[in-house]
Amino acid sequence: MSATVTPVKGGGASGAKNVFGVRSYLGKHQSLSILVIVCIIAILLPLLAVIPPFSGFGTQKDWVAGFAQAGVFVLLALGLNVVVGFAGLLDLGYAAFFAIGAYTMAYAASGFTGLDLPFWPLLLVGAIVAAVFGVLLGAPTLRLRGDYLAIVTLGFGEIVPVVFLNADKYTNGTNGITGISQPSFYGLFGINGFGFTNPWPYYLTILVLITIVVMLLYRLQDSRLGRAWVALREDELAAASMGINTVTTKLLAFAIGASTAGLAGVYYAAKLGSVTPDQFKFDVSFTALAMVVLGGMGNIWGVAAGALIIYELQSQGLKQLDAFIKALHLPAIGPIDINQINFLNFQYLLYGLALVLMMLLRPEGLFPSRRRKRELHEEPAVDELTSPDPTGERE
Amino acid sequence: MTTAVQGTPASRVGLDRRLVAPLVLIGALVVAYLLMVAGSCTTTGVGNCDKWAQGQDQFINALTIGGIYALIALGYTMVYGIIELINFAHGEVFMVGSFVAWFTLTTLGFSGPISGNLPLLVVVVAFTFIVSMAVMGVVGVIIERFAYRPLRNAPRLAPLITAIGVSFILQNLVFVIISNSIVTVPQVIPNPVLSIGPISIRAINLFVILLTLGLMVALHLFLGKTTLGRAMRSTAIDRDAAQIMGVNINSTIALTFFIGSALAGAAGVVQGLYFGVTVFNIGFQAGLKAFTAAVLGGIGNTTGAALGGFVIGFIEVLSSVYGVGRWAEAAVFGTLVLVLVFRPTGILGQQLADRA
Repeated sequence: MSATVTPVKGGGASGAKNVFGVRSYLGKHQSLSILVIVCIIAILLPLLAVIPPFSGFGTQKDWVAGFAQAGVFVLLALGLNVVVGFAGLLDLGYAAFFAIGAYTMAYAASGFTGLDLPFWPLLLVGAIVAAVFGVLLGAPTLRLRGDYLAIVTLGFGEIVPVVFLNADKYTNGTNGITGISQPSFYGLFGINGFGFTNPWPYYLTILVLITIVVMLLYRLQDSRLGRAWVALREDELAAASMGINTVTTKLLAFAIGASTAGLAGVYYAAKLGSVTPDQFKFDVSFTALAMVVLGGMGNIWGVAAGALIIYELQSQGLKQLDAFIKALHLPAIGPIDINQINFLNFQYLLYGLALVLMMLLRPEGLFPSRRRKRELHEEPAVDELTSPDPTGERE
Repeated sequence: MTTAVQGTPASRVGLDRRLVAPLVLIGALVVAYLLMVAGSCTTTGVGNCDKWAQGQDQFINALTIGGIYALIALGYTMVYGIIELINFAHGEVFMVGSFVAWFTLTTLGFSGPISGNLPLLVVVVAFTFIVSMAVMGVVGVIIERFAYRPLRNAPRLAPLITAIGVSFILQNLVFVIISNSIVTVPQVIPNPVLSIGPISIRAINLFVILLTLGLMVALHLFLGKTTLGRAMRSTAIDRDAAQIMGVNINSTIALTFFIGSALAGAAGVVQGLYFGVTVFNIGFQAGLKAFTAAVLGGIGNTTGAALGGFVIGFIEVLSSVYGVGRWAEAAVFGTLVLVLVFRPTGILGQQLADRA
C-alpha cells in the first residue's frame, strides 16, 4: 500500500521516477490524486474480502462492516496525528473528544431527548462541539510543558467517561443512550434509512469522510499553519522567536484534532445506534496512539494505513490466530496448555510491546514521513551541535 | 485544603519561620478533621451515629490512603526530578507490587490474619515487604535500562510513548498470566482496635501510617545525608556538572528508579494488606492520582510529593464522606488541572518555577 501512496507526498518534489508524467501530475493535483487513491482502495478492499484466505474468515458483508468500523479508527488516527505527529503534543485523552462527538449525535437524534435532527449536518456540529471542548481544555493547559499536557489530557480522558457515567440524569448512566437515528440518503440511490443489516452505505459514508479529511489535512500540512506546527515541534523557543504565536498554534492543532474525533464520534454513534460510557475508555485513546506511532507520526497515509492494519489485526488477526492454534490441538507442555490461552486477550500487550519496540528500533514508524525519517536518521553529530539540548535539562 | 496549606507569609504574623509550616499543617489537619466530622452521618441517616467517632475513622482512613498515594508519588517525583520523564509505568509498578504481595503470602500458605503469634506476624510482614520492594526495584531498573535509557537523548515524545507502552505491557502481562478479575490478598495483620488515649485506631491503619512515615523519613535521610543521595540530588540539578565531578550518571539514575519502584512496591503491599484485594487495572488510576499528588506538592520535591499524597487521600475520602464518592476521580483530576493552571510549581515547588 505504501508503495502506491508515497508519490503523492511532498507536492511536486517527489520525482524519483516520473512514468509518463503521472507522478508530477498527481503531485500537482493533490486532492484529485487523493480521491483516486481512496477510490482504488475502496474498490480493492471489498474484492480482497472474497479472495480465499480472507473469504474463509467471514462473508464479504462482514468484512465490509469491519472496514466501515476500521474507518472510524482511521479517522481517529488521522486526527490524533495532527496533534501528535504534526504539532508534537502528546494527547492521551483523545477518546474524550470521540465520546463528545458520539454523545452529541446521541442527544441530537434519539428518543432520549426526543430530537431527531438529520445526520449530515450533525457531522459538522459534532466536529465543532468537540473542537470547542478541545479549546476549553487546551486554552489553560497548552502553556504548560509537553509532558504536563500529556497528563492533563490523560486526566481529561478519564473524567469525560466518568461524567457520562455519573451524570445519569442527563446521560442515562451505564446503559447509555440507545435508539439513535440512522442516517438517510433521502431516497438517493434508493436508500432511505441506512438500516443495520446493510454495511455498504456506511462503508461509502466513511470513505467519503476519510477522503474529505485527508484532503483537508494535506492542505493544512503544507499551509502556513502546518509549517508553524513543524517549527513548534522542532524547537518551541526558536519558533516563538520567529514570530509564531505558540499558544494559538498549539490550540489550533488541538481543536482540529478534536474536531476529527468529534466527526468520527458522530458517525460511530449513528452506525452503532447506541452510546455507552465504557466505549470511550482509555484503551481507545491508547489504540489510536498505537496506530499513529506504528503508522509513522506525521505521515497522513502512513497513519491511515497503520490504523487499518492494526484494526484488522486486532479484529481478525488475533481471532484467526486463536482459532488456528485451537484447531491444531497441540498437547499441553507441563502446566502450560496452549489451548487454554485466549489470544484475544493479548491485544493490548501486543500494542504495548509494539509501542516500545517501535520507539527503540524504528521511531519514525512503519511508513515514515520523509521529514521525520531525515530527522531521526541523518548525521546525529551535526544535530548535537546545532540543536539545543534535546533533553531540555539545562536551564 | 490547598489554600489552607499555603498559609500567610511568616513575616506578617511575626512568627519564627520554622514554626509556620508545622502550624499550617496542623491547622489544615484540624480543618480536614472538622470537615470529616461535619460530613459524617449525613448520608446514612442512622439514628445513633457518633459523628465524632466516625469522623475520626474517616480521618484515619484518609491518612492511610494518602500514605499509599504518597509512597507512589515519591517514585514519580524522584524520576521526574532526575530525568524529567513522567514515568507512566509507575502506577503499574505499584499494581505489580500488590500482586507480588499476593503471590508471596499465598505461596507461604497464609489465607487470613495471623493472630496470637506476634514474632511470626512481624517476620511474615517484613518478608513480604522486602520481597515486593526488591522485586519491584529490580523491575524498575530493568524498565529504565531497556525502555528509557536508549531514548535519553531522543525527542521528548519518544520516552513518553515507551512509558505508556511499558505501562500497558505490565498491566496486560498480569491480565494474561495471573488473573483478569479481582484477586484476594490475605490480610495477615489482625484487626484489633487499639486505644491510644482518646484515639481508637485499627492496628492496620496505625501500621500503615507509621510505615509510610518511616519510609519517608528514611528516604529524606538517604537523600540528605548519604553520598549516593547527594549524587542523586546533584544529578537532578545538573547532569553534566555532576558527571564532571565524578558521579556515575547511569548508576545514579538506575538507583533512582530502584528506590522509586521499591517505594511503589511497598505501596502495593500496603494496598494488599489494607484493602485485601487487588486487580490488574488498579495501577492506572492510582498512578494518575499519585502523579497529581506529585504535581500538587511540586514535582521534583520529595516532601511535596508526600504532602500531595495525603492531600489527595483527604480529597478522596472527603468526597465519599459527603456522598459524592463517585465524583472523587473527577475532583482529583480537576485539582490537577487547577494546580497546573494556577500554580504549576505546586505547594512546595518554588525552586522549580522555571521548569514548569
